[in-house]
Amino acid sequence: MVTELDKVDVVTVGVGWTGGIIAAEAAKAGLKVMGLERGHERGTDDYQNVHDEYKYAIRYELMQDMSKETITFRNTRDQRALPMREMGSFLLGDNLGGAGTHWNGQTWRFLPYDFEIRSMTEERYGAEKLKDDEGYRIQDWGITYDELEPYFDKFEKTAGISGEPNPLGGDRSDDYPTPPMIKTRSLKMFEDAANSLGYSPIMMPSANLSEAFENPDGQTIQACQYCAFCERFGCEYGAKSSPEVTVIPAARDTGNFEVRPHSNVVEVMKDDDDDSKVTGVRFIDTRSGEEFIQPADVVVLTSYLFNNYKLLRVSEIGEQYDPETEEGTLGRNYCYQVFGGAVGFFDEQFNTFMGAGALGMAFDDFNGDNYDHSDLDFLHGGNMAITQTGARPIATNTTREGTPSWGARFKKESIENYTRTLRVQAQCATLPHRDNYLDLDEEYTDAYDVPLVQLTYNFTDQDRNVQGYTIDRAAEVVEEMGAGEVKKDTVVEDYDIVPYQSTHNTGGTIMGDDPETSVVNNYLQHWDRDNLFVVGAGNFAHNGGYNPTATVGALAYRCAEGVIEYAEDNRRLE
Amino acid sequence: MADKDQKEKKFSRRDFLKTTGAATGGIIGGSLLGGSIGMNFGSDMSTEEEESQQTGESGGEESGGTENPGRIFFHNDADFETISQAMERIFPEDDHGPGAIKLGVPYFLDMQLAGAYGNNSKEYMQGPFREGEATQGYQSRLTRAELFTIGIEALNSESQNDYDNGFADLEDDQKDEILTKFEGGDADFGIPRAAGKPEDFFGLLRSATLQGAYADPMYRGNRGMEGWKMKGFPGHQHAYIQQIDTDSFQEIEPQSLYGGK
Ligand SMILES: Cc1cc2nc3c(=O)[nH]c(=O)nc-3n(C[C@H](O)[C@H](O)[C@H](O)COP(=O)(O)OP(=O)(O)OC[C@H]3O[C@@H](n4cnc5c(N)ncnc54)[C@H](O)[C@@H]3O)c2cc1C
Ligand code: SF4
Repeated sequence: MVTELDKVDVVTVGVGWTGGIIAAEAAKAGLKVMGLERGHERGTDDYQNVHDEYKYAIRYELMQDMSKETITFRNTRDQRALPMREMGSFLLGDNLGGAGTHWNGQTWRFLPYDFEIRSMTEERYGAEKLKDDEGYRIQDWGITYDELEPYFDKFEKTAGISGEPNPLGGDRSDDYPTPPMIKTRSLKMFEDAANSLGYSPIMMPSANLSEAFENPDGQTIQACQYCAFCERFGCEYGAKSSPEVTVIPAARDTGNFEVRPHSNVVEVMKDDDDDSKVTGVRFIDTRSGEEFIQPADVVVLTSYLFNNYKLLRVSEIGEQYDPETEEGTLGRNYCYQVFGGAVGFFDEQFNTFMGAGALGMAFDDFNGDNYDHSDLDFLHGGNMAITQTGARPIATNTTREGTPSWGARFKKESIENYTRTLRVQAQCATLPHRDNYLDLDEEYTDAYDVPLVQLTYNFTDQDRNVQGYTIDRAAEVVEEMGAGEVKKDTVVEDYDIVPYQSTHNTGGTIMGDDPETSVVNNYLQHWDRDNLFVVGAGNFAHNGGYNPTATVGALAYRCAEGVIEYAEDNRRLE
Repeated sequence: MADKDQKEKKFSRRDFLKTTGAATGGIIGGSLLGGSIGMNFGSDMSTEEEESQQTGESGGEESGGTENPGRIFFHNDADFETISQAMERIFPEDDHGPGAIKLGVPYFLDMQLAGAYGNNSKEYMQGPFREGEATQGYQSRLTRAELFTIGIEALNSESQNDYDNGFADLEDDQKDEILTKFEGGDADFGIPRAAGKPEDFFGLLRSATLQGAYADPMYRGNRGMEGWKMKGFPGHQHAYIQQIDTDSFQEIEPQSLYGGK
């Protein structure tokens, strides 16, 4: 028995940053919005006893329950994909606020180069540099930085971001709403070293606010207390900008927004007689097991890239990408990230156990096309940073090269190095390759009998080369900081789904200006279905050298504008 | 940290077992290693803690402050002794301070194996189960609790095979040889590799040992917050906003989440 609910103007699938932004904007514009969230409600009161590394950081208390749903993975097409049985490489969000609850808050705008990477690369270096013949599928995003700038500004103001101007970033229409965070001893050492090497270090733009701030929606975000339990934790002070302290209450204050928790969406509904629209979504109440249909004038998929992809695919909307023929667009351009870093060993002890999720300094001299790639065998690069996020003892066990991973020597070194090592690393872009994509698994299903998403992904030579280069640059910085000894990262071989790397997955539902090579237009409106929007890092045509969420937030504001306009005139957006 | 004199005065745990004859018999149990004996293996505990140990059994007390909070998962004394000894080799007592046993890490594991961790409640456990590439991660049909049970059996059979002795009765360097075989995937695990691998067991053994040494003491390891003290981690502090801009290193007395030790 399926129960059909009353129609709403807009339904969002999931209520994290993207769902929350769409909900707040649409509800403020007077539209009735329903947010279907598979997890439960939560907020600042739930984090009063959150300083428990084991429960939250190691056992992933706030994140997706893998017994219900995961993905399958293989490196290459000739392997058999197997389920990611426990979380590792990335940490999927769940419950109200999604991953925005337990993110760090490092809030960077992607570079102008990112959005026009194909044109700008070709213009500066010629077409061969794009290496199309080696399978790389680098493409422009169908939007420019300048077009997206107002939305970046809007996201930063909603989140109250604390920061200072970046001489190597894109132009800004306004300053950050709050000043940068406090500069610590290790940050100052990094700053001095970077300056003396001729780079341009700045304080990391942070969603852990340097001072209390009332945002344009009238929501107040408190001042960060540097509690050092930030990423993987919720903030007990309401000082980390998250959907629960910003866009969700803003949406609720309008009286036009309702969240329905414990509602797992399994399908986007279509009308057999009209293939230009969708009609709503079907979901399962995860507690009662009952099935419902939520009809809506506009459907917005805001469930993170894996489930955004999955819902399109199981609902047979759009054409699946085939790596053999390269036909179809759904699932293509999946990208991730590589990190090129080095650890410095010092005699001095640092207060590594203090910190905040986005407390750091960084420079962009080796990011994007800010440096000449003529003689380099790769494109792009990454933001080079030091962070002081609060080192915790279970996860922080730094040892020297060749030290065993257990026993007396391990114990001694991991203890001594806990406060005596500093790490500098570049967060490098990865570029799309025809062999890296999302598909649907034919064998494994989730708790609702829906097939799992299947990921086929491996690092490419581009990734290894950019990583190798930035490892050396990071090592120079660490040395300049006065490290007695420097340990360089080793260059990655095959992508490994086990160790945590980053929750910066991108692609699969990419945006663009051509339906032949993208899934949505630059309002994130589906090419085939006018009233269907798909928003998140899945829209990225490649992954840049930064954390994704400022760009995701900007895209969500752009999308919200599209949703509101569509609700008015029911037309395609251009 | 224990200074040299204190170190010499104190019994090593092994000496103690030898003296009581326990090392060769099968009677080693939590009770013998526990507070009821009143034996203080440590040198750097506060008076308060020593007292609570000497007064012996303490059903009502906070678990972290007692030597033997009891066991939920390991009903067999010899199994518990085997895994305790293995954990001690992963994180041995040394100049920095206590090892896994004195930190209560085996009791941490015991409670974890009885709960969501041991039962893989939050992991995807639907079949079919197949052996995968290393990059595909854990693919065994076994829960962590089952893997530990098999691992303990295998530690002992491997030790019997190589040294004619149970794992707990080996010399330290022999124990390390055995553990190294598990780490490298070279030990005989008694079941097909597709079902469970010795290196997976070793990986869990290692990570659980570190988790027990450094988790909040409410999880029964990190007794007296000694794990944190060794490392210089202040545990749960509400905020560092007052100290974050100081250039000098701050030594801060650790504090646990709910005040337990
Ligand atoms: C530990 C960690 C640290 C991070 N640090 C940073 C950082 O410093 N800077 C940065 O820029 N980014 C960071 N990120 C990434 C950032 O958190 C994400 O980019 C952002 O939160 C994504 O928002 P979203 O709305 O797209 O997806 P999510 O936050 O994942 O929200 C999706 C929501 O949809 C729900 N959902 C999923 N499927 C369904 C379904 N079928 N039915 C109903 N509901 C569903 C989920 O439960 C979830 O609530 C970090 C992430 C993690 C995990
Ligand atoms: S570090 Fe700051 S923003 Fe992060 S959880 Fe602690 S108080 Fe909140």
